[in-house]
Amino acid sequence: MISIQSVSHQYTSGHELQFADWQVNNGEQWLLLGQSGSGKTTLLHILTGLLKPSNGKVKIGETDLYSLSSKKLDAFRGQQIGIVFQKPHLIKSLNITENLLLAQSFAGLPNNKKRAEEVLDSLNMLAKKNAYPQELSQGQLQRVTIARAVINKPTLLIADEPTSSLDDQNAEAVLTLLKEQSALNQATLVVATHDKRVKDAFTLTYTLS
Amino acid sequence: MSPFKISWRNIWSKPLNAALNILLIAFGTGILTVLLLASTQIEDKLAKNSKDIDLVVGAKGSPLQLILSSIYYIDFPTGNIPMKEAKKLMHSPFVKRAVPLALGDNYNGVRIVGTDSNYISLYGLKTQSGTFWKADLEATIGANVAKEQNLKVGDTFFGGHGLTEMKDEHKDHAYKVVGILAPQQNVTDNLILTAIGSVWKMHGDEGEAHEEGHDHAAEADHSPDEDREFTSLLIQYRSPMAVAMFPQMVNQTTNMQAASPAQESTRLFSLIGVGVDTLQWFAILIMLIAAISVFVNLYNSLKERSYDLAIMRTLGASKGKLFSLIILEGLILTLIGTIIGIALGHGILQLISNYQESSQAKMNGLIFIKEEIYLLVAGLAIGIVAAVIPAIQAYRSNISKILAKN
Repeated sequence: MISIQSVSHQYTSGHELQFADWQVNNGEQWLLLGQSGSGKTTLLHILTGLLKPSNGKVKIGETDLYSLSSKKLDAFRGQQIGIVFQKPHLIKSLNITENLLLAQSFAGLPNNKKRAEEVLDSLNMLAKKNAYPQELSQGQLQRVTIARAVINKPTLLIADEPTSSLDDQNAEAVLTLLKEQSALNQATLVVATHDKRVKDAFTLTYTLS
Repeated sequence: MSPFKISWRNIWSKPLNAALNILLIAFGTGILTVLLLASTQIEDKLAKNSKDIDLVVGAKGSPLQLILSSIYYIDFPTGNIPMKEAKKLMHSPFVKRAVPLALGDNYNGVRIVGTDSNYISLYGLKTQSGTFWKADLEATIGANVAKEQNLKVGDTFFGGHGLTEMKDEHKDHAYKVVGILAPQQNVTDNLILTAIGSVWKMHGDEGEAHEEGHDHAAEADHSPDEDREFTSLLIQYRSPMAVAMFPQMVNQTTNMQAASPAQESTRLFSLIGVGVDTLQWFAILIMLIAAISVFVNLYNSLKERSYDLAIMRTLGASKGKLFSLIILEGLILTLIGTIIGIALGHGILQLISNYQESSQAKMNGLIFIKEEIYLLVAGLAIGIVAAVIPAIQAYRSNISKILAKN
């Protein structure tokens, strides 16, 4: 599913970061471990096509990510990769359902309200489908961003520190949901974190030093 | 989720900002619309009414006043000219057609114009009912006059002395409406036309007016040509050569003055033009401020929205898509503003025309002209110009950096 080969990234400061080669198979659930500043976010951005590495090859499925044109890469990301960020961020001027439909539109897929409701329902958020983002709590918002990440049935689901701003209870719940959702949508899951609470939930880990 | 909907919702997530931008643009466009419509309509009226009239001859005084009173029926006449002198000019070889006018009376503010049948051919008049005036005290009235004064063929009315108010009614002689003109879209819509003898009769230059038994020939005997007067003459030249010779001749060899409608209208317009120019620059300034306001609005909101835009990119939106979303926001704001502004302009002009007293210079706010398309285009251009820098920034933004920061 994911394969990175001799990938390195040079920061503007001149500091260069080497990433060990990594092979992820379809449907696996991985933990990406590392202290803050170790390059987790950089690696995730490289994996999701947001940041072109200075060297090396990144393949998602059969696609060589950085051989695509900028526009094709954006479309590929929209359709194949779902991303959950540390801070849940939705478009404030749109309600929950519209935020999900937005993900379908930007990925170039037709709007499917039923699918949006189905995903919201599986995350127990259907009651809030017409609410606006500012009416929801952090935990609820994080659920919606998970819904947004999986609405297009991506083959790869990536989460960057999804639990660090949540309390124990919510962190646990979000983690469970990520695992559930990736299984439900047959997506490969990569969770980057330095949160010790998360470690036990995964068997496969890729550690940045 | 269409791009329009996304942009639209974002604009209205800050209703006060959006309203301010729209208001500024609407104001600027509104003023420009009023200026455009008013100057086009006035110019049009000036041109239509002085069409085919090469020269006006009247009593000495202000040439502009002579033109205004004899062609546009706005100002007071400069005085009268002796018929004997005028007749000489009318028979000059330079003159193809000369139309005498006798002004001085009104009916409820509508000017009564004594003239002869040459007037009909000069303006190309037609009647919608009845006939043209033939005998004295027969009147053919303009289409608007019939409507506003509620006069029909066969009705009678009394003229009043003066040009604006009904003072000193000429109770001795009643006019009879014999015809109503078809709408001409020029001054004649708002005039009462009659034979020149009617006006003379009103002003009692014949003592026998009260003695109804007399015939016209006898009356004419009592008031010899020497005493009779016109207010002015409308003159059409026979050849272009007359332009150089005729006015000079009138001004130098007679006690009358000649004024050219073309020259005086140009002079009048250059006088009004200063005011129009000032207002125009004022409106352009407002538009400029509006453009800056739209720019600042988009630019500021872009800073707040950089994370939004980065998220959109992670959802699959291309750089071009973000660019077009921002441009679209600028366009929507200015398009709404421009449309409201044009509507506002028409509304204001209609309001002004309701309070306008002079029926001759009355403007109409319901007329649309094709130049307004340019206002719309200008509005859209402002939207694009104001949005282009923020849009380029959105296009260029480094999403990896923005996402990593939070």
